[in-house]
Amino acid sequence: MTSELDIFVGNTTLIDEDMYRLWLDGYLVTNAVALRVRSGILEQMGSTAAVLQSDTMDRYRTFHMLERLLHAPPKLLHQLIFQILPSRQALLIERYYAFDEAFVREVLGKKLSKGTKKDLDDISTITGITLKSCRRQFDNFKRVFKVVEEMRGSLVDNIQQHFLLSDQLARDYAAIVFFANNRFETGKKKLQYLSFGDFAFSAELMIQNWTLGAVDSQMDDMHMDLDKEFLQDLKELKLLVADKDLLDLHKSLVCTALWGKLGVFSEMKANFKNLSRGLVNVATKLTHNKDVRDLFRRAVLPKSVFSVCPLPRWLPTPGPLGPLHGHPPWLPPAPLS
Amino acid sequence: MPGKLKVKIVAGRHLPVMDRASDLTDAFVEVKFGNTTFKTDVYLKSLNPQWNSEWFKFEVDDEDLQDEPLQITVLDHDTYSANDAIGKVYIDIDPLLYSEAATVISGWFPIYDTIHGIRGEINVVVKVDLFNDLNRFRQSSCGVKFFCTTSIPKCYRAVIIHGFVEELVVNEDPEYQWIDRIRTPRASNEARQRLISLMSGELQRKIGLKVLEMRGNAVVGYLQCFDLEGESGLVVRAIGTACTLDKLSSPAAFLPACNSPSKEMKEIPFNEDPNPNTHSSGPSTPLKNQTYSFSPSKSYSRQSSSSDTDLSLTPKTAPYPQGPRIYLCPSSPSLSCGSLHLKKSCLLLSESSLIPHHSSLVSPVLRKSVSFSEELFLAASGMGSGSAGKEGGPFKALLRQQTQSALEQREFPFFTLTAFPPGFLVHVGGVVSARSVKLLDRIHNPDEPETRDAWWAEIRQEIKSHAKALGCHAVVGYSESTSICEEVCILSASGTAAVLNPRFLQDGTVEGCLEQRLEENLPTRCGFCHIPYDELNMPFPAHLTYCYNCRKQKVPDVLFTTIDLPTDATVIGKGCLIQARLCRLKKKAQAEANATAISNLLPFMEYEVHTQLMNKLKLKGMNALFGLRIQITVGENMLMGLASATGVYLAALPTPGGIQIAGKTPNDGSYEQHISHMQKKINDTIAKNKELYEINPPEISEEIIGSPIPEPRQRSRLLRSQSESSDEVTELDLSHGKKDAFVLEIDDTDAMEDVHSLLTDVPPPSGFYSCNTEIMPGINNWTSEIQMFTSVRVIRLSSLNLTNQALNKNFNDLCENLLKSLYFKLRSMIPCCLCHVNFTVSLPEDELIQVTVTAVAITFDKNQALQTTKTHVEKSLQRASTDNEELLQFPLELCSDSLPSHPLPPAKEHLESASSNSGIPAAQRATSVDYSSFADRCSSWIELIKLKAQTIRRGSIKTTVTVEKASPVGDGNFRNRSAPPCANSTVGVVKMTPLSFIPGAKITKYLGIINMFFIRETTSLREEGGVSGFLHAFIAEVFAMVRAHVAALGGNAVVSYIMKQCVFMENPNKNQAQCLINVSGDAVVFVRESDLEVVSTQQPTANCQSSCTEGEVTT
Repeated sequence: MTSELDIFVGNTTLIDEDMYRLWLDGYLVTNAVALRVRSGILEQMGSTAAVLQSDTMDRYRTFHMLERLLHAPPKLLHQLIFQILPSRQALLIERYYAFDEAFVREVLGKKLSKGTKKDLDDISTITGITLKSCRRQFDNFKRVFKVVEEMRGSLVDNIQQHFLLSDQLARDYAAIVFFANNRFETGKKKLQYLSFGDFAFSAELMIQNWTLGAVDSQMDDMHMDLDKEFLQDLKELKLLVADKDLLDLHKSLVCTALWGKLGVFSEMKANFKNLSRGLVNVATKLTHNKDVRDLFRRAVLPKSVFSVCPLPRWLPTPGPLGPLHGHPPWLPPAPLS
Repeated sequence: MPGKLKVKIVAGRHLPVMDRASDLTDAFVEVKFGNTTFKTDVYLKSLNPQWNSEWFKFEVDDEDLQDEPLQITVLDHDTYSANDAIGKVYIDIDPLLYSEAATVISGWFPIYDTIHGIRGEINVVVKVDLFNDLNRFRQSSCGVKFFCTTSIPKCYRAVIIHGFVEELVVNEDPEYQWIDRIRTPRASNEARQRLISLMSGELQRKIGLKVLEMRGNAVVGYLQCFDLEGESGLVVRAIGTACTLDKLSSPAAFLPACNSPSKEMKEIPFNEDPNPNTHSSGPSTPLKNQTYSFSPSKSYSRQSSSSDTDLSLTPKTAPYPQGPRIYLCPSSPSLSCGSLHLKKSCLLLSESSLIPHHSSLVSPVLRKSVSFSEELFLAASGMGSGSAGKEGGPFKALLRQQTQSALEQREFPFFTLTAFPPGFLVHVGGVVSARSVKLLDRIHNPDEPETRDAWWAEIRQEIKSHAKALGCHAVVGYSESTSICEEVCILSASGTAAVLNPRFLQDGTVEGCLEQRLEENLPTRCGFCHIPYDELNMPFPAHLTYCYNCRKQKVPDVLFTTIDLPTDATVIGKGCLIQARLCRLKKKAQAEANATAISNLLPFMEYEVHTQLMNKLKLKGMNALFGLRIQITVGENMLMGLASATGVYLAALPTPGGIQIAGKTPNDGSYEQHISHMQKKINDTIAKNKELYEINPPEISEEIIGSPIPEPRQRSRLLRSQSESSDEVTELDLSHGKKDAFVLEIDDTDAMEDVHSLLTDVPPPSGFYSCNTEIMPGINNWTSEIQMFTSVRVIRLSSLNLTNQALNKNFNDLCENLLKSLYFKLRSMIPCCLCHVNFTVSLPEDELIQVTVTAVAITFDKNQALQTTKTHVEKSLQRASTDNEELLQFPLELCSDSLPSHPLPPAKEHLESASSNSGIPAAQRATSVDYSSFADRCSSWIELIKLKAQTIRRGSIKTTVTVEKASPVGDGNFRNRSAPPCANSTVGVVKMTPLSFIPGAKITKYLGIINMFFIRETTSLREEGGVSGFLHAFIAEVFAMVRAHVAALGGNAVVSYIMKQCVFMENPNKNQAQCLINVSGDAVVFVRESDLEVVSTQQPTANCQSSCTEGEVTT
């Protein structure tokens, strides 16, 4: 006796969060069943492994059918085939677009091309994330990138509108897209200690302050490309190191701004000249694409503590003194038991 | 009388890419009704076209309006080659023809293609102007309302229940026409869909005409079925109950009670005495005996010429096309032991029970001897003409006579209803059923479907005579079904014989009975259990006792019915789903030989199914079955029987005796031990079940009950008493005893297995209950969370193990595993009850068994068994909201975006403004346009509702905060963060349920019947995920289309939903599969009781509800 066909269709599509997680994590049906058996669910319900197998297959099939819609989340909202409660729709989308910290660190700043996709099995081996899950995450990055690439207006807003992501996740995607677009090098050994959160934070500041859109929000432009003119202008910063008066003025301004906001304030004050020189050195050389890509490596190399933001606010970015901003590494929400 | 049909094509969305080069589509729409076709302009290069067409007007006869569906075809324009079809939408405009149903059909419909499934959606507006309102209901059957619901619809009152209406139409199946060889599968499928749509329209119109003839205005319990007879054609048949209904407009309809339908039933004002003659001192008119005399089963006597007794109704080698009538009488005392010319006939059963020392004479065919008193398969022993019995006699006779007058004009006093207004049902006799095996032949003249009509007429006649033999004049809970395999067809009909109160059946009784109103407190809660037949001249052996409730009338020891549990019945404990499953192998044969083989097998199957049911019922410690449905399915090489029913313990009926096992070889010590071990197990199971279902009837001493009615002597041989009062078990005392012990004789391994299989049925896990009736007896505190589902399983039998036993085991496992799977899947809803569990078995191929289950899971409140409705509703709200499902509860909220009081999260406002400024997809724009167009129509009442919904939602968020905080990592803000995207949702929630009500809600309006037929075919089965993927997607699509139609009518739920057919065929070698699905139900508008309270106090307007729900749909 073999089961040829075995389906369950509800008027409201039930979403089992645990199962969704297993599916997203790329577990095969057999592995998922094994995991669920271990979780003791059978004892709770007095069920059999066959039931579990059938349930798992069925849920996977449902997710598979939903996947097509998840590629364009607004479609999920308007479609009529699956009646899903709005709260569940949001969960489906959010979880589908969630990514693993380990994975994103591997591909951050890489071109989202076929070539990178071929390396996914290596990444899978390194990170221990299943290839299937890697593919999904990579495809998500690429899909978001493709959609917002040519769009005008705020990057985060565009992402949120077209993918209906939560604010935080949309920001993370903005960072990913920004990094992929500018191909910042993040994979070097010296940068390994930096978390995705650190990069995302930098990216947000750069988008806000360094891109064309930042200069004039009315302008029809992109928030993805760095303002070339601005980078050119950074050359002028040499003055900050060369001119003693300006250096002092700079120092006093920075100290005033950071007073009480920095744990390592005194060290900063003591080393201000060195730090400033290092930063200015980095800043003045951002004229070539290659140098731009190398920004993070170089910004960290000369023991410069802060990258400088030339526009009104002077804000710190994380450096060797440790992340100053308490952004927790973005983790997908844990499964509810 | 003509009418004008107006159609407007507004927009499309999510269309498929038809032009690979541009990744876009040049879509246009053809609108066809009858022979007239209109076209929209081509909307170039868009997947979200905005046609915004003019109104296309069709001037048509109302006959056409009833028959024809509106056909909307979406095509891709191609300059050089033929235009490619994207898909179609069929819209049944019937609901627009009722005076009080929907006024407009407007909304997004899925565009359906029989090869590709749903491909985008189209927004359509349909209106009908019927000319000459005054004459509206006269010339055609426009205006006759149809309901699938098998009870009087909730917002109506039955003035008169007229009775049975039936009709059938036949046609050639397009799939089998010669042209099918040259046309594409798509064309063929579409021809079929269209034909069936036409035929069901025609059928409905014809039934409507019959109803008008009877002076009714509605059909309740409308059941329409398709018989795909293959080569010989396509039959669409329908049965229903004609009624005159009155819309309840009184504020009583707004009573916020009714979590259980029982309460709602009481709202139906009834003003007549249900038992008008109970008090009358004696019949004033002489009994008209002659009305009662009837020849025992004249229908079969025609064919039983060879038999030597009048009992030879058992299947003879039935000459085709007159198949056998199945009469089974396992232990009738009045049987003589004739008919031995039938060596395999079921008469052996009765024979064995008649011969003393039966154990030594048991034939090899019969391994168990059972005595049961329930009349399932009616024997035709002469039921005395209406002669009066002892006490109940005169009354019964009079009642009969009265009812008779109302019923006798009717050809078939049948009612498809399963639940009745209080007092309608006086007595219930038992289940009557008839089956007949027919050979299909080509229908030569589709306009004169005489043969099919004759077949059904025969069966109905038989049912009628069965009912008469039970002393009943009517059959309630009546249904008909067929099972077709190649050219053999089994026609089945079944129902419950009953005596009805005439007051609903006659015209003009309303005034006439008003004065009797005072007497109406009389109907006892046990009345329906009392036997309608004459106890001295019983049609079959029954073990009668005095009613345990009123102690006046006689009741049988077990009662089987096809109806729902009457709302006023007293039940002890809870009920449970009881199933009997059976397979029988059959040799492959052709035509007549095949029909004969089937005919010969049928009685055995019926008998065994019945035995199983009885055993399982006893094992559960219960004494009555409701909602019994026996399905016999015929396949190439086997027959399958599946009976489902809900077992309950009726307080009025005696406590069921236990099951006793008797061995064949008493000398063998170890065997004896084994037997006693089994016996112990069975006793344990019964005890456990009693506990599980909370069956603890009050102890009643024998004196009160009185002595049992003297039994026919022959019977007692079978009975072994199991005296519970004394410890000593007098096993061989066969002479008397108040309880009817059930003896299972184990004489070989088969019987052993049967006993084992009895014990293998595992009860559902704790927190789960299941039943196949509308409501679960013993549970009345439903919460509002419901989940309707369909589950399909197909198993392939390995041809090695094809023995009856292995088959039975496979089939049993299949059903049990399916149930287990359901329990597992729905575990998040615990505590919950699966209601209206409907199993359908089919045998699509030699070694395939397909089981389809449709049911609804309803949660209930375990703790607060009895509480006031108000607090109950609040409780349920909180419950649901902690489950993050408040939006299901308040679908109205979905259109509340523009509400100023809405506490919008900033992100959302941002999003909205962004989307209105920048280039958003056309679909979104379209919806916003729609919103504004209906917004002004919405009255302040809706705002009120929305506000209410909002406040409740806000409240619910508060209550859930703590829960969220407790959850680890990042989930804390999850809901708030995700609020913006989900609040944007445009799709209103449409509930579906096979029940006639929605827990926690009030149905305010019936919008019309939904009756849809779909075909889906694929030639890329593997690519679509194999058979499972294919069927899963198709069923999901069917649900989607049903929901879309309901939403377009302005409804928010489908009640009495039923999947009548799910025919699945596959050919994996060719990578092909095809499936046909037929569903129906009633589209309704419901309002949550919690909302209702506000409305009724402030602004009790009824008509804005529809506009409100329209709003919800189009948002």
